[in-house]
Amino acid sequence: MQVRVLYFGVLKELFACPSEDIEVETGCSVGELRKVFHGRMPERAWKSMAIAVNQEYAGDEVLLHDGDEVALLPPVSGGGPGDAPNPREKISLLPPGTV
Amino acid sequence: MQIAIVREVIDAGSITAALKAGADGAVCVFDGIVRDNTRGRRTLYLDYEAYEEMALNQMRNLAEEALAKFGVRDIAVVHRLGRLYVGESSVLIAVASAHRGAAFDACRWLIDTLKKTVPIWKKEQFEDGAVWADGEPFPEEIVRG
Repeated sequence: MQVRVLYFGVLKELFACPSEDIEVETGCSVGELRKVFHGRMPERAWKSMAIAVNQEYAGDEVLLHDGDEVALLPPVSGGGPGDAPNPREKISLLPPGTV
Repeated sequence: MQIAIVREVIDAGSITAALKAGADGAVCVFDGIVRDNTRGRRTLYLDYEAYEEMALNQMRNLAEEALAKFGVRDIAVVHRLGRLYVGESSVLIAVASAHRGAAFDACRWLIDTLKKTVPIWKKEQFEDGAVWADGEPFPEEIVRG
């Protein structure tokens, strides 16, 4: 069976195309498809990507069906410029009386 | 709810004005704008792209979750795509509520969660090169299901 794989962000650049139709075995899971891409991208990118099937985040156990739209998603970075580490997380509120 | 992905300038004033109603005591607005540097490296512009249909669905789901979770009255979430220059708004989140505490909390939760889960990416163009911004790692339940 065939699934359409969409690439975004850095992966679209890496593969130099926005999508590919890929032949997979019937009953192929998201996790198995993930393995197909091992070695085709830097290890860090492979480990950090999420996968969506028909526009929903999908865990490795989800089974694919013929014609599914599968998206490989690098960690997302919308919303605004890259943030410095959140300073609030470094503040510890000391109980009254503590020096 | 107003949930949108746009390619033109985000008009914060009209979005916020349209959100207000008589029952509100507060409108909390988060306006995410393009900063002129990342860790000291001078930024020229950012190029935003999205998995658009999924991003819209995710934004809608987040807004619905925030309405239920924080008990606020109404929410607007608007994200812009394409090339944005320093000072331009990339995202606007506005939350209307009877009381300010819930509005602040919902607004903060919405932007923090959007940045981790909504499939939008940006490439930063610096004076001396370009990189895809490092996103925050996906929450564990998203990566492994």
